[in-house]
Amino acid sequence: MSQPRKGMAAALRDAALATAVAFGLFVIMVGLRTDVAPSGALFLRTRWPDVALLCGLVFAGRLVMSLWQARPRAPAAPKLGGTMQRAGRALGPALLAAALLLPFTPGIGRYELDLGILVLTYIMLGWGLNIVVGLAGLLDLGYVAFYAVGAYSYALLAQAFGLGFWVCLPLAGILAAFWGILLGFPVLRLRGDYLAIVTLAFGEIIRIVLLNWTDLTGGPNGIGGIPRPSFFGLPFNMSGEPGTFAGFFGLEPDPVHRVIFLYYLILALALLTNWVSVRLRRQPIGRAWEALREDEIACRALGINVTTTKLTAFALGAMFGGFAGAFFATRQGFISPESFTFIESAIILAIVVLGGLGSQLGVAIAALVMIGGFELFRDLEEWRMLVFGTAMVVIMVVKPRGLVGSRTPTVALGERRAIGSEHVQEGRG
Amino acid sequence: MAYALQQLINGISLGMIYGLIAVGYTMVYGIIGMINFAHGDVFMIGAFIALTAIVMLIGGGLLEGPAAILLVLAISMAFTALYGWSVERIAYRPLRGSFRLAPLISAIGMSIVLQNFVQVSQGARVKPTEPLVTGGITLMREGDFVVQLSNMQMLIIATTLVVLAIFTWLVTRTSLGRAMRACEQDRRMASLLGIDTDRTISLTFVIGAALAAVAGTLYLLRYGVIDFYIGFLAGVKAFTAAVLGGIGSLPGAVLGGLLIGLIETFWSAYFSVQYKDVAAFGILVLVLIFMPTGLLGRQDVEKV
Repeated sequence: MSQPRKGMAAALRDAALATAVAFGLFVIMVGLRTDVAPSGALFLRTRWPDVALLCGLVFAGRLVMSLWQARPRAPAAPKLGGTMQRAGRALGPALLAAALLLPFTPGIGRYELDLGILVLTYIMLGWGLNIVVGLAGLLDLGYVAFYAVGAYSYALLAQAFGLGFWVCLPLAGILAAFWGILLGFPVLRLRGDYLAIVTLAFGEIIRIVLLNWTDLTGGPNGIGGIPRPSFFGLPFNMSGEPGTFAGFFGLEPDPVHRVIFLYYLILALALLTNWVSVRLRRQPIGRAWEALREDEIACRALGINVTTTKLTAFALGAMFGGFAGAFFATRQGFISPESFTFIESAIILAIVVLGGLGSQLGVAIAALVMIGGFELFRDLEEWRMLVFGTAMVVIMVVKPRGLVGSRTPTVALGERRAIGSEHVQEGRG
Repeated sequence: MAYALQQLINGISLGMIYGLIAVGYTMVYGIIGMINFAHGDVFMIGAFIALTAIVMLIGGGLLEGPAAILLVLAISMAFTALYGWSVERIAYRPLRGSFRLAPLISAIGMSIVLQNFVQVSQGARVKPTEPLVTGGITLMREGDFVVQLSNMQMLIIATTLVVLAIFTWLVTRTSLGRAMRACEQDRRMASLLGIDTDRTISLTFVIGAALAAVAGTLYLLRYGVIDFYIGFLAGVKAFTAAVLGGIGSLPGAVLGGLLIGLIETFWSAYFSVQYKDVAAFGILVLVLIFMPTGLLGRQDVEKV
């Protein structure tokens, strides 16, 4: 890689070396599989063809990569930047229109709508986390804790006090924001990577408490029978009486009404998240976030109050996580600590990272591809996280600013230019 | 009293395992200033390789006794070291000089990759093994309660001490160790003085992974049950140990490991088993907030 040009022989040698390493990596972990026999003892199953296949793939991949890197460089081709940018500008509204029209598109059934709800939930969580990670540059590995706080707040408030969804939703958001401040306050002085680990610890602590505080949370059994949302007081059910949604609007009662309502609900919540963060970016607080992300010391030197800046980012991110949690609880009707593991935080973070740390559209596309894309291939479920992890590594190595990530400062002196990732040197996060 | 003594023994043997993993965290942090989030999963890989070797050697009846355990240890160290090397080469080396959070995000990705690679290749079910090392000596009797120091615990303590002695010799007496310490102090200066920093960093990962493999093998022998997820908790706890001891400090990592092992054991023995992980996480939070330099760490100077 260090030499600009490499001959075929060098590329072959390089690929052979990589294959030798790959053989070492896979010969035991893939070639020999330990399985539990019915008697309870372990026995080995060999899978040499798989090892050979993997080694072959590594050889071919490495060879292609070295040859590609050694190719004679043509003078820079005329950039597609202009057209790409115009296409990008049209993509957002197009996606929005598609999302709005989805329930009325012919051929879209309950399954597709449920999938849409799932994708939109992750888009919303991604946008919420984007405020913390993408805008303020605070790596939060415990985001799912706020999602959990929102979900449990709604479930407990609704069950204990009989409050409706529309009362509980803001309460869940406020409670989650409160937790965001509570957890954010002690970690303000920490540097980027320490902050990440502490948020991870907080997230796990909250999960373990939820798991063991059986009196309040039901422990591992979770909370069931969470009230479903109503259409501003009109419940969805099949009776068709005047007091129900179908009866009031004179429609044929149909279980899909509720799904459509939930779909638009999460769409509205997600768009609210997007609207708030896009708006805030143009305000002093948003600019302070971006400045904080780029260089904290410079921020302090310029008199920006780092404490409030970080806390607002935490609180806002947590609030949207709380909203999403309340929605999750009302949609599922059942919640348990199992839904709020570290993996969930990692998935949301992966979406934000793949989307380009700060790009709203990028997050939406990443969620669509990674959540929606994998639902289409159900039998590949166990490969999903493998692909997620690989994508995270590859993105960081190849394009650290994410797929859609060119970082346009919200304010610029003179001409507004997009800054390529290669020119941006980030300060301490 | 007897109960407490038994907990002390258990705590020390558990703490040794954490200490071995913590050394890997602290070395990497010292030399390139990043949290190798995937280190816990390297430990898990070490345990799996050891498991396969045990099933192959002992289940196949090829070898028995101490020789078999030594060979298992060697196999696990060798292959796990290769994983450590590859992780650095693939996920971290291209990111030198990138923005600060990039290596951490890449490391989280790598951790997910390793976990799910093992889940796909070895299955999600837990793998139970028969205990290989049994028996022990009775230290004390108090009524019905017997304080036991099992052979397994002695093996853990002895192996850890031997491995750490070799490791200390490596760091303090060899040219590789000197190069490592030089890189830790000032990487650019070291490279100007003719040290191959990339190679030194690679070897740091190799050594860290080999130590994690020892920990993984001992963990497997001691607890007998592993799955693809053990690396997460063990990794976080070992990281806590590294931070508690002062990240970047090698004796600190071992000290921190022992402390975490003891705290966890005594917490489970006297307070509550369900919340034992909360204890570890809580210590992590408290140490990072109130004592970020740890017990034996140096003050970090922030430069512009």
